[in-house]
Amino acid sequence: MSDRLSVLKTYKLFVGGKFPRSESGRVYEVTDSKGKWLANAPLSSRKDGRDAVVAARKAFGGWSGATAYNRGQILYRVAEMLEGRRDQFVAEVADAEGLSKSKAAAQVDAAIDRWVWYAGWTDKIAQVVGGTNPVAGPFFNVSSPEPTGVVAVVAPQESSLLGLVSVIAPVIAAGNTVVVITSEKAPLPALSLGEVLATSDVPGGVVNILSGKAAEISPSLAAHQDVNAIDLAGADEELAKALEVAAADNLKRVVRPQAVDWAADPGTGRLTAFLETKTVWHPTGSLGAGGSSY
Amino acid sequence: MRYARRYAHPVTMPTVPSHGNEAAERLASMADVTASDGALRRFLHGLPGVDPVGLEARAAALGTRSIKTTAKAYAIDLAISMIDLTTLEGADTPGKVRALCAKALNPDPTDRETPRTAAICVYPDMVATAAEALRGSDVKVASVATAFPAGRAALPVKLADTADAVAAGADEIDMVIDRGAFLAGRYLSVFEEIKAVKEACRRQDGTAARLKVIFETGELSTYDNIRRASWLGMLAGADFIKTSTGKVAVNATPANTLLMLEAVRDFRATTGVQVGVKPAGGIRTTKDAMKFLVLVNETVGEEWLSNEWFRFGASSLLNDLLMQRQKLSTGRYSGPDYVTVD
Amino acid sequence: MAFEYAPAPESRAVVDIAPSYGLFIDGEFREASDGKVFKTVSPSTEEVLSEVAQASAEDVDAAVKAARKAFEKWSALPGAERAKYLFRIARIIQERSRELAVLETLDNGKPIKETRDADLPLVAAHFFYYAGWADKLDHAGFGANPRPLGVAGQVIPWNFPLLMLAWKIAPALAAGNTVVLKPAETTPLSALFFADICRQAGLPKGVVNILTGDGSTGAALVAHDGIDKVAFTGSTGVGKQIARTVAGTDKKLTLELGGKGANIVFDDAPIDQAVEGIVNGIFFNQGQVCCAGSRLLVQESIQDELLDALKRRMSTLRVGDPLDKNTDVGAINSAEQLARITALADSGEAEGAERWAPACELPGAGYWFAPTLFTNVTQAHRIAREEIFGPVLSVLTFRTPAEAVAKANNSQYGLSAGIWTEKGSRMLAVASKLRAGVVWANTFNKFDPTSPFGGFKESGFGREGGRHGLEAYLDV
Repeated sequence: MSDRLSVLKTYKLFVGGKFPRSESGRVYEVTDSKGKWLANAPLSSRKDGRDAVVAARKAFGGWSGATAYNRGQILYRVAEMLEGRRDQFVAEVADAEGLSKSKAAAQVDAAIDRWVWYAGWTDKIAQVVGGTNPVAGPFFNVSSPEPTGVVAVVAPQESSLLGLVSVIAPVIAAGNTVVVITSEKAPLPALSLGEVLATSDVPGGVVNILSGKAAEISPSLAAHQDVNAIDLAGADEELAKALEVAAADNLKRVVRPQAVDWAADPGTGRLTAFLETKTVWHPTGSLGAGGSSY
Repeated sequence: MRYARRYAHPVTMPTVPSHGNEAAERLASMADVTASDGALRRFLHGLPGVDPVGLEARAAALGTRSIKTTAKAYAIDLAISMIDLTTLEGADTPGKVRALCAKALNPDPTDRETPRTAAICVYPDMVATAAEALRGSDVKVASVATAFPAGRAALPVKLADTADAVAAGADEIDMVIDRGAFLAGRYLSVFEEIKAVKEACRRQDGTAARLKVIFETGELSTYDNIRRASWLGMLAGADFIKTSTGKVAVNATPANTLLMLEAVRDFRATTGVQVGVKPAGGIRTTKDAMKFLVLVNETVGEEWLSNEWFRFGASSLLNDLLMQRQKLSTGRYSGPDYVTVD
Repeated sequence: MAFEYAPAPESRAVVDIAPSYGLFIDGEFREASDGKVFKTVSPSTEEVLSEVAQASAEDVDAAVKAARKAFEKWSALPGAERAKYLFRIARIIQERSRELAVLETLDNGKPIKETRDADLPLVAAHFFYYAGWADKLDHAGFGANPRPLGVAGQVIPWNFPLLMLAWKIAPALAAGNTVVLKPAETTPLSALFFADICRQAGLPKGVVNILTGDGSTGAALVAHDGIDKVAFTGSTGVGKQIARTVAGTDKKLTLELGGKGANIVFDDAPIDQAVEGIVNGIFFNQGQVCCAGSRLLVQESIQDELLDALKRRMSTLRVGDPLDKNTDVGAINSAEQLARITALADSGEAEGAERWAPACELPGAGYWFAPTLFTNVTQAHRIAREEIFGPVLSVLTFRTPAEAVAKANNSQYGLSAGIWTEKGSRMLAVASKLRAGVVWANTFNKFDPTSPFGGFKESGFGREGGRHGLEAYLDV
């Protein structure tokens, strides 16, 4: 056994592309499944949530305006960077979820592949859910999806990495920006994911990661007038209902919590949940002054 | 209207410079389009539209030209000679202006072969200081005027501002247009104001300061507006059309400069009058300057490739050009300690 | 003093061309069964670049067998795994793009500016795009779990060698097919480099097979009993032969053939951008583009001003060394193609059209043709009807939108068209009446992996690119 004393990592939030501590100065103890101390994680406050929304809104214009191809390249880059730190995440997920190395590795591999899955969706979803509409008149009419805006996400409580990736990747693949509250008891893989995102060409503010108590932070996000949608994946029944009520104030789009097998084919549901459909009409007119009957 | 649709069709008439009596006669022949607000509006709105994607793609494509070795040496010297070395700060003092004049006269103390800049550009109250410092040289004194940069003042104030600068020895006047009037569609008012300022540029001896008309393209917002403003300014007698004050978020860009180059090209084809172009603000590196010179070269050609017809409104650009110039002559990269800070 | 650009050549040192190349069959390079070879030259200098194998019928058979063997496992792989192979290929292409751009410029003669800024970025993007489809076929609109066809025989042209390869191979592999691809006789090198990229990506052997050769190799491939799909890009004449060859078989066929694109400029067009679009439409890649805007249809009322502006712009085109970063127009791909362009241009003059070209000095060695414009062209002239496939623009006029549409459609082809007008309703009305597979409005020659491409009428059938491009490689 080595005599060397290891260097412990200070886990921080990921907001606006930077790694701040909680403005409240609070932390809480994170333990493994057997109760052994792993690290202190920031205990985010409502103000941290507010700052995260500001960062997400600021990033929305650039991210939603980037080409779908560019977003796809960046999401694929996340997969590449995550693959490069695979061992670290296997260890963190194993600790966080009390899994064997091989089971944790399966979770991490699936999380990497999930980024690849959504990387491929950025420039395809419009072709699947959009299209021209054959209106009965001399009009060109086309419907295309557009991101809804800033999305707040309560991440799954049990699946610390695969579950997290499964809820944030579709949100940003569609062109939204996100404020995510990590699993309360297993926040460390999520906070480490911030480091991956920061080195993957994801613009600052596109993903904002807060650790702490969902029950404390999420109500103000659900009520926030500058948040456009909320995914309640990790909220319990009581909290989810309260958040959905609060979300009604500005008619946020809401995804209710449901039983999900994170390992299964994710489909397109979480992409379309945060897309608006825009339909544009334009006259086609006629070739001459003789009328529109060609 | 006819001019508007037909403007790009070359006419066979000799080219005359924008300053001078012949140009005034040519412009007088276009008087029908400026006879009323309605006529001017119909003319300007009859100009061909600008497709922004296509315009920006063309500007970007020209930006990929690779300017190396002898071409680079030529272009660096040309760019230096085209600079209106500018200081337009509330904190300007005679000492600062004199230092800048010295820099214009002798940009690189380590190499006296370095060309001088075209002009010094200052506020009106600094004109006398600059004129004194530059006396006897071919470096011109340019002064901003007409309540620069906002242009929000009564016309008599703007004219007095101009006349004052000219009387103090300005060779060139950089005026701002009334963007509020332009955006409100009061084109004739903008036109008359430019004409009045042009008149105020006259000296007692019958000569006149050359007039640069600044559109503040960042505030005009659309390329269609920039094309209209260009024609409006030229019809009113501009000697140069200039992009920007350097005081707003978007200043000279390759695309808006390309568009203005197309405008002076087409204006000459229509009227025979040659007008200069001055991009200003945001051009800081040799690489940027090269791109603008390529735009000039491939859009209007050699006839505009001198400081008589093309200028850069810039300050920090000069030192970057000097460092690149040193690199070409010594083969090693220069650093900021080897050019003067003024 | 004029602002003359000094030579700015891209370095040749980034690419290492071997003196000879074999056929890429079942993951290995091997000589042709009968040992035959042919040379590939640089069209801008006539310098021999390398010697490549001439695949025989026996080699075709071996390649098809290898592809068939590989098909079983490849098609059974989860889509997500096939996706990751294709993503790898896309990334390696991005990494090696400068090398490939220089190689393509050497072998094809097109300017480095185009290979660097158009061909290679599009090649990588195409693989990236179809990589993403490999695990999403259920969502592509062809029903649940659509199946691949099997082995695809693919024959591509010389005008965009690597890009046409990407258009063929990326969707085929994403859908679960394996391929045997034959690059054009005059531009075999980038496909052979692609074979090396497949090896770097760890692609299972036999999934991609590359056979170099001439028309006889292509004919043997499309006639082979062991293939399930034929995809061809090239001339309409050869396309018709292939259609006859596959008649009565179960082979699925897609053809991307010739064109005589009409670029229609209305009097309310954004003139400066229209001029750029016309130039791009006919001089991009020396006009050797099937969707080139080779017929300019200009409204009579603006003919003079547009032609003046166009000639002025053509005079600024820089023709010469394709490796020079400032070259706009490079070399014609082969002596044979140059002869065809020359003959058709001569017929234009003989039939009474007026020829104009800017003063430009052409290099002594290599195959060159100056950017050329014909005015006074009528619908009856050969240069208005036949595909020249070179830097030659035929200018016709029209008076009304209906006349423009009638003239534009009066062609055996129907690949592309352009419309220049600031009026949206006119643009859409004209677009809806044009019998062409791709219509560009206020732009021209734009390509994107998400956008389907292909023709009406004798310009072929089937679409490449986009969701539509998958259909050609699925059993639907």
